[in-house]
Amino acid sequence: MSDYNIREMIDNKKGRRSTVFMEKAVPVILLLITSVSVLTTVGILITLLSETAMFFTRVSPVEFLTSTEWSAFSSDPEWGIFALVMGTMKITVIAVAFAVPIGLGAAIYLSEYASDRVRRSIKPILEILAGIPTVVYGFFALTFVTPLIRGIWPEVNLFNAISPGLVVGVMIIPMIASLSEDAMSSVPNTMREGALGLGSTRLETVFKVVLPAAVSGIMASIVLAVSRAIGETMIVSIAAGSTPNASLNIMESLQTMTGFIVQVASGDATYGSDVYFSLYAVGMTLFVFTLLMNVMAQWFSRKFREEY
Amino acid sequence: MTLTKVKEEKDIKIIDDPMTRGRPRVIEPVGQSQPVFQSKDFNLWYGDNHALQNIDLDFNRNEISAIIGPSGCGKSTFIKALNRMVELVPIVRTEGDILYRDQSIFDKSLAVEELRTKVGMVFQKPNPFPKSIYDNVAYGARVHGIRNRKVLDQVVEKSLKGAAIWDEVKDRLSDNAYGLSGGQQQRICIARALAIEPDVILMDEPTSALDPISTTKIEDLMQKLKKDYSIIIVTHNMQQAARISDRTAFFYQGRVIEYARTNVIFEKPRDQRTEDYVSGRFG
Amino acid sequence: MELIDKKSIGKKLNGRLMLNKVLKYIFLLCTLVGLVVLATLLIDTIIDGWSYLTADFFTNFSSSRPENAGIRGALIGTLWLMGTTAPIAIILSVGTALYLEEYAPKNKLTDFIKINISNLAGVPSVVFGLLGLTLFVRMAGLGNSVLAAALTMSLMILPVIVVASQEAIRSVPSSIREASIGMGATKWQTITRIILPASLPGIITGIILSLSRAIGETAPLVVIGIPTILLFTPTSVFDTFSALPMQIFSWVKMPNPEFQSITAAAILVLLFILFLMNSVAIYIRNKYSKRF
Repeated sequence: MSDYNIREMIDNKKGRRSTVFMEKAVPVILLLITSVSVLTTVGILITLLSETAMFFTRVSPVEFLTSTEWSAFSSDPEWGIFALVMGTMKITVIAVAFAVPIGLGAAIYLSEYASDRVRRSIKPILEILAGIPTVVYGFFALTFVTPLIRGIWPEVNLFNAISPGLVVGVMIIPMIASLSEDAMSSVPNTMREGALGLGSTRLETVFKVVLPAAVSGIMASIVLAVSRAIGETMIVSIAAGSTPNASLNIMESLQTMTGFIVQVASGDATYGSDVYFSLYAVGMTLFVFTLLMNVMAQWFSRKFREEY
Repeated sequence: MTLTKVKEEKDIKIIDDPMTRGRPRVIEPVGQSQPVFQSKDFNLWYGDNHALQNIDLDFNRNEISAIIGPSGCGKSTFIKALNRMVELVPIVRTEGDILYRDQSIFDKSLAVEELRTKVGMVFQKPNPFPKSIYDNVAYGARVHGIRNRKVLDQVVEKSLKGAAIWDEVKDRLSDNAYGLSGGQQQRICIARALAIEPDVILMDEPTSALDPISTTKIEDLMQKLKKDYSIIIVTHNMQQAARISDRTAFFYQGRVIEYARTNVIFEKPRDQRTEDYVSGRFG
Repeated sequence: MELIDKKSIGKKLNGRLMLNKVLKYIFLLCTLVGLVVLATLLIDTIIDGWSYLTADFFTNFSSSRPENAGIRGALIGTLWLMGTTAPIAIILSVGTALYLEEYAPKNKLTDFIKINISNLAGVPSVVFGLLGLTLFVRMAGLGNSVLAAALTMSLMILPVIVVASQEAIRSVPSSIREASIGMGATKWQTITRIILPASLPGIITGIILSLSRAIGETAPLVVIGIPTILLFTPTSVFDTFSALPMQIFSWVKMPNPEFQSITAAAILVLLFILFLMNSVAIYIRNKYSKRF
């Protein structure tokens, strides 16, 4: 075996230009890549703000905020965002009212009662449920849930708030269940043992110790789920109809903010028309709603992290 | 911080430091031979915490120098300062100087990567890469631009032999290093350090995570290695220091209390605190 | 006088234990709701669509006559979209994750970038569609091409991959990072030779899971104006295309009841692709999950 002098070989190669160059260039390149995420936010804001501003040169912001009627395609259009917001609210309230008790119940079961083996087999199912495309949920709402509901209450319209509301609820259950379960699991076991040791049942421990301790984490999961329900698009486009109205009736056809955007985009609103710019005004309103929810969720989860 | 008095008494340097409440520190110079590392009034802070204070130490070539002291005395921090690994913590600040073969390790002309090829390190817990045994040992050479397969083969064999583990792994060089026992993993890490033929090997409690048999193997190995390398070892285990080292420094609360030949430290320490520590009265 | 009446505690205990038991089963039922819905959805779709999964269904283009309608254009278009989205999204997200974990200084700007990314994750997909419509379709002049849609999708799934990659990078123990630095390897050498290979399974899992989200995403495609009936397949990223979820959306709205079965068949194809992708991701995650 011929002997190589490694030390000498290494010393000869020291300060190789390519290595030195990479050390300097890589952080700059990565910073540029990272700035794309910031530019995306900036892009969203500029897009929404500038086109919304165009919309308000044509339509009075007062009408936008105070009118209760939205009829973008009529010959004498009305632009009251409240009608679309009302549609979104009806869907969101039904979804949350359905998903929160079930999601929390599942979270309590998984975190406090289930064995490790059960937890490991149920969590993937929740993940699958969360991964189903919303267009598939929309089909399910229209072709399965709606006929079912109309079988029970024949007076419900083909397009209504109940069916898409419930299906949006199904969609957000995994989010509430798994985030709340995480929050409950991070409550220290010593606190549970304290209560159980005094003779409390599991149930009493859950309601008197675990839930109060995990409340901000649970709130974060609910607020995030609300945000998701507000932004949900395909289920409501398919199963909720396209008639904006400000009524509280959940049995008749309605339209949400997201539903309107899809309706305009899949038809052919001429570029530069009032309807075209209204797309961005509605998008802006939607963005503000979800942003508020996200900021609130972050506040709750920061509070939760500080507690543990 | 100023030292009030430095006096030479025969060969021994005695430093009066007001911070040690009037008790002098006793530092024996390493003698005629040229030191490989010289720490000159070196200070180090973690944020506001003054972790190393006025460290004056010389380390000899081809000797094993041990650093002992209770937990939190700064011994690990000091050994990591020698190859500038301690600077990976962002809040670290240093003052004073450390010379490696008469050149400051903080000198701009000495790239920190170059320093680390000459001053290798073995860590407290075995930390092989999640790669094959071969790739682990060849890593250093490859990083420094050596791609020739024949050269790499030779490096791997030589280093594994040097770390006394060749016979145990020669038939499974392509197996993942994670499949080996803790003691074998640590010897792979030593082989990995030897592969780039460093000048100094720093060992930070290299046997603290190992069983007694593996510890003995690694101690025997160190005795062999000292022929070609200078070794500086931090250890929590006083018997280990007594068994293997030529010189021992006793660190306490971020200072060197006493530094002398190992037999002096363990048999006739000049400082009461050293005596208390080596006799097991605290630690 | 005794302060604690043991008899009454004993009497109440039975009720408490009963309540505990009843609610335990109610919680179990809640957990099973998801399972039941999933099973119903699958069975309903299979009953509707199974018989329509013929060879013709895969080789025909879309048509207004249900007996001739197929998913050839949509399926190939979806593959084009994913093939273009993946490299863009991977470069952007893994680069961002590396910067945040390895290079970013601890300061206000870094905090801002992190908060911004978690806020982006909460922006509804339809708003990303509006961004894509304005920025890529109109301003960049890409029209409703594969590239415009892929760029939009990449930005949409960016936060998910970034977070997954950050977690994977963080899970690499600092001891092996120190070992590499301690041998004189530079930071970038340590990243490319040690950290990326070690965190790759986690990163790949994140990429596959977010691509499987993108593959079924419909709203941004509707907003940027992807056509639903198209009788050719793209030959470059600048061509327009159709996609599976778009096809499903356009068929759902057809009044002819036979289209309901065609839709169900297309959904089965989409769900099968998703199932494959998720299986691969779960396999990788389980195989490499306990290495350190």
